[in-house]
Amino acid sequence: MSGSEHPDHLWRNPDPKRSYDVVIVGGGGHGLSTAYYLARNHGITNVAVLERGWLAGGNMARNTTVIRSNYLWDESAAIYEHSMKLWETLAEDLDYDILFSQRGVLNLTHSLHDTREAHRRVYANRLNGIDAEWLTPEEIKEFCPIVNLSPDLRYPVMGASLQRRGGIAKHDYVAWAFARQADAFGVDLVQNCEVTGFDLDGGRVTGVQTSRGPIAAGKVALCAAGHSTVLAAMVGLDLPIQSHPLQALVSELLEPALNCVVLSNAVHVYVSQAHKGELVMGAGIDPFISYAQRGSPHIIEYQLAAAVELFPIFSRAHVVRTWGGIVDVSPDASPIVGLTPIENLFVNCGWGTGGFKATPASGWVYAHTIARGEPHPLNAPFSLDRFARGALIDEHGAAAVAH
Amino acid sequence: MLLIPCPWCGQRDEIEFRYGGAAHVEYPADPETVDDATWARYLFVRPNPKGPLAERWCHSQGCRRWFNIVRDTVTHQIMRSYRMEEAP
Ligand SMILES: Cc1cc2nc3c(=O)[nH]c(=O)nc-3n(C[C@H](O)[C@H](O)[C@H](O)COP(=O)(O)OP(=O)(O)OC[C@H]3O[C@@H](n4cnc5c(N)ncnc54)[C@H](O)[C@@H]3O)c2cc1C
Ligand SMILES: [Zn+2]
Repeated sequence: MSGSEHPDHLWRNPDPKRSYDVVIVGGGGHGLSTAYYLARNHGITNVAVLERGWLAGGNMARNTTVIRSNYLWDESAAIYEHSMKLWETLAEDLDYDILFSQRGVLNLTHSLHDTREAHRRVYANRLNGIDAEWLTPEEIKEFCPIVNLSPDLRYPVMGASLQRRGGIAKHDYVAWAFARQADAFGVDLVQNCEVTGFDLDGGRVTGVQTSRGPIAAGKVALCAAGHSTVLAAMVGLDLPIQSHPLQALVSELLEPALNCVVLSNAVHVYVSQAHKGELVMGAGIDPFISYAQRGSPHIIEYQLAAAVELFPIFSRAHVVRTWGGIVDVSPDASPIVGLTPIENLFVNCGWGTGGFKATPASGWVYAHTIARGEPHPLNAPFSLDRFARGALIDEHGAAAVAH
Repeated sequence: MLLIPCPWCGQRDEIEFRYGGAAHVEYPADPETVDDATWARYLFVRPNPKGPLAERWCHSQGCRRWFNIVRDTVTHQIMRSYRMEEAP
């Protein structure tokens, strides 16, 4: 941020107006970046972001901030790599230090199948112009010395893929940076404003009902992550989304020990060390559907057992805090971004366990879709009707560990 | 962790069970005649309510039988546990 003084506020806290050109439902990272790019790329500023609680109090403030673009299929590679390129200049674009650190993302393999899949993904990434390398155990030792490479492990490490441009950023700074710039363009960020219904005229949406009164809207854009089906159900729209708790945890502040991000699909670990010094680890999803914003302790226990085996140096660290968010899981582990059968109603959901990394690109393509009334080429494959067309984009391999 | 009442074994820890998703999902009666949208709905769309949900569990580390429960997805309270052949 320019200047060292703390500003009085980063954005206004306005009451909602009675009508907007575009109403965005959900003030998480994706809603805020959508508002910013609507204003910046398309000159649409008569916009409100309606948030049930406070800005970025949902998954945006609960994720483990892993950023990478090494997805398998061309469609995913294209949208996540677009996001990576936006991340690389985002601090300057938003004039806000978001602590984006490209320290490398290491994806460990523990079986022959894992190893073959990782090779396949490395080659697929390279064909798409995305940096990807294969590391042998000796090379892992050099790159990240604290990984336990002993053959005595229950699932010994056989190698790893590495995306050096991958890394982490500070999630709340990212949200604040988008919010501040959207506000500066004149976007109303309206908090404590829950959308409770939609106004329809024939097959067209004309506004929303909220806890702060009715608001007319030229276009309505859903951006509600774990609550997407709850909102869609209000207009009789079925989404192929299941809401699950996903947990994460942090340790106390430690001296620098871990220099990169380490993921392991097979034993389910993902860990990095934040700038302040705490270890940040993600656990798995609870198998069942839940809106409780918390997960079960045995999921954490399972995650920590694997983490301590892979990183014996962590065995004396303490868990300081655990928390959960509700993630919107789609059948093919890919997002749904685009038009709906209802005119002027748009949907952006299904990012599940891995949408933080997509925050800039999600807003970029969604803003285009809303402004033009047709998808951007990058999100055209991620339409809602792909399920009826059988055109699924199966990223379970690249998205299997929750990050 | 949930405490799940198996209709045969009584209350047991969640880790003894396997989740089976929404209950009472009907296979299309005449699969050759349904259109793509209906088929996609059958394959991919499941109830995801904020509130009571009828769902299947299998007591995989116990009696190994499937059964249904009705559970609130906000409070996790389990209101009912019943056998597969019982009406929803
Ligand atoms: C523990 C955890 C770890 C994760 N780790 C990673 C990671 O390492 N890397 C990665 O890329 N992704 C990760 N993710 C996923 C990522 O956080 C999400 O995909 C992403 O944040 C979703 O987009 P969002 O920020 O807009 O969602 P949210 O921040 O959840 O925003 C949705 C908003 O909609 C609001 N809302 C809901 N209903 C209504 C209503 N009726 N009216 C008004 N507002 C409403 C909610 O209050 C919420 O603020 C993780 C998620 C979790 C929970
Ligand atoms: Zn039993």
